[in-house]
Amino acid sequence: MPESELPSASPAFDSPGEVAKRLSEVNYLAESDIATTVFLAERLGKPLLVEGPAGVGKTELAKAVAAATDADLIRLQCYEGLDEARALYEWNYSKQLLRIQAAGSDATWEKTHDDIFTDEFLLARPLLRAIRRDDPTVLLIDETDKADIEIEGLLLEVLSDFQITIPELGTVQAARRPFVVLTSNATRELSEALKRRCLYLHLDYPTRERERDIVVARVPGIEATLVDQLVEVVATLRTLELKKVPSIAETVDWARTLLALGTSTMDESAIRSTLGVVLKHQSDQLRAAKELGLPCAGR
Amino acid sequence: MPDADRTALLDHHIAFLDALREAGLPVSLAEGLDAARATTMVEPLDRESLRTAYAATVLKRQGHRPLFDELFDLWFPRAIGEGRGDERQRQEPRVEVTGGRAAPEDARAMRAELAELLFEGDDAGLRQLASEAVARFGEIGGGSAGNASGRGGAASAGTGGTRGKAAGASTGARSWSPNAALDALTPRTLLAGLLRSDAGRDEFAQSLARRAYRERIARFERVVNAEARRRIAEDRGADATAKSVVRPPLDQIDLIGASQAELAALRREIYPLARRLATKKSMKRKRGGAGVLDFRRTIRASLATGGVPVNTRHRPRRPHKPELVVLCDVSSSVASFARFGLLLVYALSEQFSAVRSFAFVDTVEEVTPHFTAADDVADAIYRMEQGLSMRLMGGGTNYGRVFTRFDEHYADAITPKTTLLVLGDARANYVDPAAATFAGLVRRAKHAYWLNPEPRGNWGSGDSAAPTYAEVVEMIECRSMAQLADFVRDLE
Ligand SMILES: Nc1ncnc2c1ncn2[C@@H]1O[C@H](COP(=O)(O)OP(=O)(O)O)[C@@H](O)[C@H]1O
Ligand SMILES: [Mg+2]
Repeated sequence: MPESELPSASPAFDSPGEVAKRLSEVNYLAESDIATTVFLAERLGKPLLVEGPAGVGKTELAKAVAAATDADLIRLQCYEGLDEARALYEWNYSKQLLRIQAAGSDATWEKTHDDIFTDEFLLARPLLRAIRRDDPTVLLIDETDKADIEIEGLLLEVLSDFQITIPELGTVQAARRPFVVLTSNATRELSEALKRRCLYLHLDYPTRERERDIVVARVPGIEATLVDQLVEVVATLRTLELKKVPSIAETVDWARTLLALGTSTMDESAIRSTLGVVLKHQSDQLRAAKELGLPCAGR
Repeated sequence: MPDADRTALLDHHIAFLDALREAGLPVSLAEGLDAARATTMVEPLDRESLRTAYAATVLKRQGHRPLFDELFDLWFPRAIGEGRGDERQRQEPRVEVTGGRAAPEDARAMRAELAELLFEGDDAGLRQLASEAVARFGEIGGGSAGNASGRGGAASAGTGGTRGKAAGASTGARSWSPNAALDALTPRTLLAGLLRSDAGRDEFAQSLARRAYRERIARFERVVNAEARRRIAEDRGADATAKSVVRPPLDQIDLIGASQAELAALRREIYPLARRLATKKSMKRKRGGAGVLDFRRTIRASLATGGVPVNTRHRPRRPHKPELVVLCDVSSSVASFARFGLLLVYALSEQFSAVRSFAFVDTVEEVTPHFTAADDVADAIYRMEQGLSMRLMGGGTNYGRVFTRFDEHYADAITPKTTLLVLGDARANYVDPAAATFAGLVRRAKHAYWLNPEPRGNWGSGDSAAPTYAEVVEMIECRSMAQLADFVRDLE
């Protein structure tokens, strides 16, 4: 247990303020709670669980931390049916078969067995790859809620000891702990045990100020006044009862579209002709049109 | 740091964690230790950093956040005058300040500042101003001069605050009133001036702006309310208040007694909730065990293992999707409950092989077409209400007549495959509940459930016919969104 509490080699950041600054240098604009939580996760050597709706910058946060710390990003994308063989490692059967055939009949089985259960025949998957690296690494376990619950047991094991036992090879202990980020869209609750292992950060839609800054950073050349109006309209849309609430990514897309169209102000016709960029459902467009007082948008 | 201070701090930490646990947050020992370490790693005098340190370590569900914040505010109260940076440079005023003729002299400057903040949509600034407004104008009773300066340095930022002390001991009847603060500032009368500053823009832009200003003013009023509550709690002492402030999370709120704001928040939660439920339902169906062996796919898969069928393949089990008939009491007493039931059922309609729905008050009407025509449930509900020919308000529910009519007109709706769902409080207004007819409907269905939003203890009181119906149908107490969701999730 004490071993597993060791923080990673040397601290990557001196203060939460430095986290914010370094993240902003790679174009990720973090509010102070985000920066502070990243700082604490790094210092305490604990995985960071980031939960929140789609498109608020969860995945991007892990990428930005990697970029800001000159670390490599290793990503385990979760999906229904993800299993150990895809998450951890598996043996390369066909290659092993070929070796057995090539060995001919005079080789002893013991010898062949020792030969084919070596590194050469091991297919390392993201978790193992991340553990084995000597260089700074960010391990992103993305959309954890999509994986089956059984996988959480595996994650819990790996994230507790940072070691993986391969029966044929022995135990692989992390030479250097990766900085681990798990994300979840909260389509279901993750297990209590896994949550207890992690620090928790809820990411939500940004404040207007931050969203304004994000758009300006992501869409160079856009007019500040247009951004103000855009952000205001998006904030209004988020208060409506919609099937799919617009995310940061959609605000950014909308800004790009408006810039490409040479729009200078968010007037009725600009909104009407581009609403589809932010609202994908016909019913959401109709509702928004009604609430915003657009005569017949979304057609 | 002297040892005594350290001990006091630690005591404070432990008491805070205890309060969280008492309020229902499951903080483990290990998490408590993480929190203790985390708090030493952040700027100790920065209250928000401290809040983040605790939130990151002991809070693992966003649903617990409001509770957490409320308790944090009690245990780590804000220092007097903290929060508003004097460094804030006021530029030239850009907004005409309207209204406020009756405002006290010292409220004038604050109104002007409020107008600017509303104009900019500066949320952080608005929060700070709200806090100051309550301090200056919100104090009532207690014989104080209505000025916060008399409070002395009761609390300090960060870890130094002494739990439960605040200023409560020195004042008898002092309290804080959000209305007193709002009366001094009359934020709504600023709207005219705000709108005038947009006069040059086109009509549509103005209508957007109007909407935005209204929303900001409403937000400001909410923050003032919250701030007054916080101060009251602070005066009463954290220990005493902790228990009473503990409000249930949104999904535990009693649907019958919910406020408008809570209902609106719940409606926004419907789609995310439906998505979560749909995931659970489909996962559950898949986990329901493997179906029969799929021979072809097993052989194909075995090619990878030299013809040895290591992994067998199975056909998916035929998903079992129930056919649903929903009968909803839409009378005013239980309207919000029935609506949430309908919303949820239709938001999940892919999980059922068919859904037919009927609304009733004094008689019953089929409302299915409203839901199949629109792909937006909230819209459908609105249209349903417009389309209903019966009186929604005031009229008492006539369960007896409703079941009789239903039996006469829609008998074919119920088949041996049907799951029948009744949503209502079973308050039959002292007319014949037609229990035998209802029992007949139940008998013809495969399953039947009655969701009653009243507490079980009230069943049978007054005009409630709940016990009568409960004899022939499984009646389930269903008072909150969480209970509703649990029921729908397990519905087979
Ligand atoms: N804090 C941020 N700073 C800059 N851009 C951001 C930020 N948050 C989100 N974005 C933008 O939003 C997009 C979507 O974010 P993403 O991480 O994919 O969302 P999620 O993983 O939460 O679904 C990113 O590609 C990025 O352009
Ligand atoms: Mg993502």
